[in-house]
Amino acid sequence: MSDLTKLSANELSAELTKGSVSAVEVTKAHLDRINSLDKTVQSFLHVDDEGALKQAQLVDVSRKEKKKVSALAGVPLALKDVLTQKGIPTTCGSKILEGWIPPYDSTVVTKLKNAGIIILGKTNMDEFAMGSSTENSAYFSTKNPWDLTKIPGGSSGGSSAAVSAFFAPLAIGTDTGGSIRQPAAVTGIVGAKPSYGGVSRFGLVAFASSLDQAGPFARTVLDCAMLHEVMAGHDPLDSTSINQSVPEVVKAAQLKDVKGMKIGIIKELGGQGWQSGVLNRFNEAVELLTSLGAQVKEISIPHSLYALATYYLIAPSEASSNLARFDGMRYGLRVDDGNLSAEEVMNKTRQKGFGKEVKRRIMIGTYALSSGYYDAYYSQAQKVRSLIAQDLNNAFKDVDVLISPTSPTTAWGLGERVNDPMAMYLADLATLPPSLAGIPAMSVPIGLANEDKLPVGLQIVAPFMNDERMYRVAGAVEAALKTKWNGLLIEQIPNLVGVK
Amino acid sequence: MSRITREEVANLARLARLELPDSELDEYAKQLEIILESVAKVGEVTTKDVKPMSHATGLVNIFRKDIAKESLSRDEILRSAPASEDDRFRVPRILDEE
Repeated sequence: MSDLTKLSANELSAELTKGSVSAVEVTKAHLDRINSLDKTVQSFLHVDDEGALKQAQLVDVSRKEKKKVSALAGVPLALKDVLTQKGIPTTCGSKILEGWIPPYDSTVVTKLKNAGIIILGKTNMDEFAMGSSTENSAYFSTKNPWDLTKIPGGSSGGSSAAVSAFFAPLAIGTDTGGSIRQPAAVTGIVGAKPSYGGVSRFGLVAFASSLDQAGPFARTVLDCAMLHEVMAGHDPLDSTSINQSVPEVVKAAQLKDVKGMKIGIIKELGGQGWQSGVLNRFNEAVELLTSLGAQVKEISIPHSLYALATYYLIAPSEASSNLARFDGMRYGLRVDDGNLSAEEVMNKTRQKGFGKEVKRRIMIGTYALSSGYYDAYYSQAQKVRSLIAQDLNNAFKDVDVLISPTSPTTAWGLGERVNDPMAMYLADLATLPPSLAGIPAMSVPIGLANEDKLPVGLQIVAPFMNDERMYRVAGAVEAALKTKWNGLLIEQIPNLVGVK
Repeated sequence: MSRITREEVANLARLARLELPDSELDEYAKQLEIILESVAKVGEVTTKDVKPMSHATGLVNIFRKDIAKESLSRDEILRSAPASEDDRFRVPRILDEE
């Protein structure tokens, strides 16, 4: 076999099933690549060589004994460091959780383990998933494998970098306002945010509970769908998880046909302030969809113009409440000289343990929830959230899916926006409306921008618990572009060279 | 939109249990003001008779049977505690002198 790290999860699955390669060989190939090249990309916070090989051996034994195993058994995966995995450090990219070893598995991890998926390690992220560049990690910045001077997106930037650098064919991210879709877009891979409640949040360290959702990253639409089906499903341990059958996303990803589908372009997401190379690729994608037989038209989502303001009130408000649990008493960091009161210990621990963006958001949330401001800020934002959701749901009376560019720009330079929080927030402009409405959305690569030769993503948005519709469109777009480019976009990525 | 002063930042930090050093107050005041000015845009929308949305799914009150089952052991929980004593979390003094 040539290079195992270049294969998709589906291709690996076929080889593993045939027996032409073992799970241990597949896992070793990926660990070798990580160990020789991740010094350059810095996508992992923790690599679990030993645990991964042990899991792989178990999968090989199961296959040898002709036990029934799932399609993805033996396929490696990178896990965002915001989901707990028993016995493995979980930091959320924060110093306040440095050294914390969770005593339990998140439901997502339980499902991965049951499917025989090999967890290679935990990936870097913006602290507590707050950010769009992964530069808010308290540990280090991850680099974009397309150009090591650029950001890999965020907050799931370690996961997007790991998949685009061929360290793993699959990764898990979480998306609160775009943290899967934007990193997928700027690294030229596929990433999906399932319907809210489609994937259990048990063991996902909370940022904004009404918005957080874990989802898959992969280099192909089919791989993404396969992982989506493994992760999804009702979980009694998460009361907000939906008790319905999982949308048939794998079947939809394989259709590669959009004939007769009605597709709406979100009118408000584009135009002035958007990078021309992004808009050019988007317009070509629209033409492509039309040529494939879809009916494409513009549709207005008027309140989407207020999504940024709405989100940056609601998410910080929920965060200020969720992050109150980090008080230095039961787990994580405690700053204490032995003579301080409990309150002093909390104040000092939180000051030392949280980074600047987290503190900013905690204070914004505290402000929006405080008496005197609650009605004008938090409550008003919740009402505007209703209107955004209504706009989107009304649009689905008219069209099957909605589309937009995933992010207004391609990957920007490391350091460029770190001191300008508002500029950073603008990266989420297009991904926020579906997040607020709780509906599924994904990003699929549609080419490189002319001016910087960096990847551009197409966002596809579907109605609640109709996740399969976006996979149908993504699969068709990918298939058509694959013919045009004679391969996937990710195959055009420059070769990574290790640091000496 | 009123200006965010150093004093207001200090008060927010106090409410949020963050011991911000004085040297950081000005920077946060400036940034919070920009952010709050921008998010105040939600006020432009007419929301008379609009219900606030706290959640995407509309689910309410999910019940389950109250059945005792095995949970994590005390040792597993206390292993990640910053300090423990006699099978309990050891925490700083909450009340003043006894």
